[in-house]
Order: sequence, then C-alpha cells, then structure tokens
Amino acid sequence: MLVQDIMKTDVITLNSTDTIADAVQLMKEKRIRHIPIVEDGQLKGLVTDRDVKEASPSSISERLEPALYETPLDKIMKTDLLIGHPRDFVEEAALMFYTYEIGCLPIVSNYQLVGILTKTDLLYNYIELTGANQPSSHLQIRVPNKPGILYEVSKVFHDHNSNVLSVLVYPYQDSEEYKILAFRVKRMNPLPIIDDLKAQGFEVLWPGQPEMGV
Amino acid sequence: MKKQASFIFSPDQLNYEFSDTHPFNQKRIILTMDLLNELHTIDPDEIVTPRTATDEELLLAHDAKYIEIVKKASKGEVSENIGSIYGIGTEDTPFFTGMHDASALLVGGTLTAIDEVMEGRSRYALNLGGGLHHGFQGKASGFCIYNDSSVAIKYLQKKYGARVLYVDTDAHHGDGVQWTFYDDPDVCTFSIHETGRYLFPGTGNVTERGNGKGYGTSFNFPIDAFTEDESFLHIYRTALREVAEYFKPDVILTQNGADAHYLDPLTHLYSTMKIYEEIPKLAKEIADEYCDGKWIAIGGGGYDIWRVVPRAWSLLWLTMKSIPVPTGRLPQAWLDKYQPESPVTLIETWQDPADLYEPVPRKSDINEKNEQMLTRALHVIRKG
Ligand SMILES: [Zn+2]
Repeated sequence: MLVQDIMKTDVITLNSTDTIADAVQLMKEKRIRHIPIVEDGQLKGLVTDRDVKEASPSSISERLEPALYETPLDKIMKTDLLIGHPRDFVEEAALMFYTYEIGCLPIVSNYQLVGILTKTDLLYNYIELTGANQPSSHLQIRVPNKPGILYEVSKVFHDHNSNVLSVLVYPYQDSEEYKILAFRVKRMNPLPIIDDLKAQGFEVLWPGQPEMGV
Repeated sequence: MKKQASFIFSPDQLNYEFSDTHPFNQKRIILTMDLLNELHTIDPDEIVTPRTATDEELLLAHDAKYIEIVKKASKGEVSENIGSIYGIGTEDTPFFTGMHDASALLVGGTLTAIDEVMEGRSRYALNLGGGLHHGFQGKASGFCIYNDSSVAIKYLQKKYGARVLYVDTDAHHGDGVQWTFYDDPDVCTFSIHETGRYLFPGTGNVTERGNGKGYGTSFNFPIDAFTEDESFLHIYRTALREVAEYFKPDVILTQNGADAHYLDPLTHLYSTMKIYEEIPKLAKEIADEYCDGKWIAIGGGGYDIWRVVPRAWSLLWLTMKSIPVPTGRLPQAWLDKYQPESPVTLIETWQDPADLYEPVPRKSDINEKNEQMLTRALHVIRKG
C-alpha cells in the first residue's frame, strides 16, 4: 500500500506571513494540530500546536500578548522538515514516524505539497488492515513452521466460502518449529471451519480449546 | 383491565429459518412455550398475535435498497455475489424463501410488544422472536437480517417520544443497535458481552462511548472468556443500576440472548441458569423504579436450544408475571415429550447441576480483570 492511498489531500495550509493568531484559530476551528506553511504550493515550513504553545509563555489562549499574537509564522515555523513522497510505501512512512517520533509527515511531489499524513491516519489504516472495524471472529492456529502452510490453512477458509478480513503470522514463543496464524474472518459461527481445520490436523488454539490454565 | 404481561407469539415466527442445520433455530420458542404451558403460566388471553412490520417502519432503521434486495432474495432473485455485499447468502446468513416476510414479522412482533405496553394494555410484554441485534442499516450480519430493536427504538421515539434504555445481555456485542444510535443522546445502549478479542463481532470495547451529542450514551461491558456467574452478575447489577440512574429512561427494552451459558456452543462464557434468574429480575426492578413499569423484553441468541434456552426464557416470562423462580424438576411431561427428540441429554431441573464444569483455574484473574473493566466503563458516570 502506498502513501498516496491513505494520505489526506485537502491539506489546510497557511502562508509564512500569516500570524500565530491565524494558526491558533485555524487549529481550533478545524481541530488539527499541524499546519504546513506554503508559498505558491511549495512547502516552506510546518507549525504544530506545540510550536504555538512554546511561542507563548502562558498557553494558547486569547490572553496572548497582542504583539506576540501578531507574530508572523515564519518566526516560529520549523523549516528543517522530514517529508514523504506519495509513492512511498506506508511501511516506510510508518518507520519514519517511529524513528523520528514525529506527529505528521508532509507529502511532497515535484516540489509541491500534495498531501499530509498524520499518526492518526496511520493508526486508522492499521485498524482497517486488521479488519478490526468489521464484524468478525478471530481464530488462532498453531502450524508447523514450513513453506506452503499458509496456503493449506487458507484453503479451508476458501472451501467454506469465508471472507477473511486479515491474516497475521506470529512467531511461536516457545519453539521455532511452529508459527501462529491469526485469522479474522467474517463469520459469527466459525465452528464448521474449526471442525475442518482440526480434521485436517491443524491445531486450533482459539476458539475451541479452552485455555483455562494460566 | 390492564394485563400484567403480554406474550407475543404466532407459529409463523418459526418461518425465520435458514436451514435445519443452522444454529439459529426458532424451535426454541415452542420448547419454551410448552414448558410454560406445562406450568399453566400462559393465559390464552395473554397471547398476542404479532403484526408484520410495514416497509415504512423498516425504513426507520434500514435502507430502501437493502430492503429491496432482501425482498428479491426471498424469491431467489439475488446472486451470491450481490447478496454478499448485503451480508446475505453467506454461510452465516444464507438465503431462504420468504426471508423478507419472516424477518418483517419478527420486527413487527417487537412493535406489537411496544404498542401493548405503550398503549397501556399491558404492563410488560415479551417477544421471544425478536432480538436480532447484529442487523445493520444496509446489511445483514450474524444471523440477523432486519434489526427489530433498531426499528423498535426509532418507533418508540417517533410515535411515543420516549427516551429509551436498551439493555443487551446476549454474549455477543449488540453492535447493530449500538451503531444505529451512536450519535443519539436520547437512546442509551448498554451491552454486557464476552470480550470481542476472539468472539464475533469483535467490537464492544469500553472505549466505545458514543459520538458527538451521543457521547456518554453507549455503554459496553466486555467480560473475559470463562467468566462465571458471580462476576457476571456483579458487573451487570452495578452497571445497570448506575446507568439507569444516570440516563433516567422512560422505557426499557431488554435483549435476552441466552448464549452466555456454559453449554452454549458459540461462546466461551461460563455462566449457569443463575444469571437467567437474576437478569430479568433486575430489569423489572429498574423498569418499575424509573419507567413506571414500562419494560419490553425480546429474545436473541441462544444456541443450546434443548438444555439452556427453554429454561432461561421461561424465567423471563415468569419474572414478568411475578411468579417466583421454580426449583426442583422440570415438568415430567415436557421431559418425556422432548428427550426422545433431543440430541443431548436434557437437564431435568430448573437449576443447573453443581458440577456443570471443572473449576476455572484463572478465576481470580478473570474477576479482577472484569472489575477493572467495570471501573473504566463507568468512568463517564462516576467522574461527574
Ligand atoms: Zn449472541
């Protein structure tokens, strides 16, 4: 999946001659925390809610010193920016958020600001990828750690005409000989699938085998 | 003269049938009625025939396009590909002939129950055929085609201007109803269910509290798998008392799925018949205290139709009629009639046997975790 698939393209921006007052108002009104500063579509800087707070000793409030309130944004914006490209992989972008502890990533193409990606967008995308936002049952299967096993297991889901919303492959903590497959499947009654999986020798850890012990 | 309770029933409610091997089986209504009849606790004039919901009523909570697809599917005119977009024709919710009429009748039954109570003919009303809480506005889900509760709550708002508390004790999260009223401050949805970590539909976290103006009117109590009676009841009682006091409803609609029992094949909770004695008792108390008695109860899930559902649902009716919970053996005639047909050995007493299951080793961990969940879930109420 590419950044262009999940980035926001209707980016709310300001000019470097706009003031802190403008930024404060816009953040409040649009409930955003990051405003890219652009000139002729080119990214010049970024103002975050934290920049605004730091510029004012008290807090973001109407009680700001009038002079401070009218400070142009080029005095406080960050100019040394990390940027992304629309055709970057989402994973690459996620790694930048993780590595540099940033809250948002402006997306630039041909020197023009074309989008913005925030931590919330990434998290939402992750949730959608896991299928956790759709009605589903969750199955965990312990399988031998060998090639082709995912195919064999998923064939059972195919045979039941079941819509698999996501698959995760985890290492099995106790032994490298096994892996755990976690399926999220659009089914209220997964019992026929579980019976089939068991009949084919797979070990269904959950549900089906009550883990009552610690 | 006002009746104490109305029992909504027609044999046509059994037409909601996906196949004879599907876990959702309305025969449980007959099993329950027979059991109650053996106790001579249903008076013929307490039985009220359900009406069919009109299209206009269904439209209160469903899309026109979806209703049209269900009607076509009833006549076998929808392909599996198209059906699956609308959640029908799947292994969970297969097509069946007449599925529109059968579903609209279940919705109508709940509307009938509401009119009985709201028009003052009856103090309480029960529609065991309802409780299809997974149905969405434009989509079937989890065995539910139309969502009788969503339609009924909209109907209660529109026709009677009522403020509704919806209480869902099915082991699955009442997602369809919750999302329908997620933004609505005048409907409070309350759902206690097995955590969605593995169980369908996966939602119902404590953090789902409603949205916008409706923030603080959705309540979820996801309990751990293997939760037993004591912890279940503690969470249910504490939560329902506090939520009712906070929301102050005009009327209560309770969904009474009977699938939180140890024997239920689709879920992993470890409750016994004890919770089905207590659930309606408290619902009635709350209705009497806050809603001048206005309490409508509907069915829901329940997949051990032989050993669990008839007893659990009988207790619901007996509570409405203020008949004390029976003890000892079930009526012999009922056991004799159904044991030959049942694939499992029936439980012959009203209460479950003491050794229903092996002790749960993680019991104290589970109870502790549920307790913490309760505190988090009620945070909105308690902080204010
Ligand atoms: Zn259920």
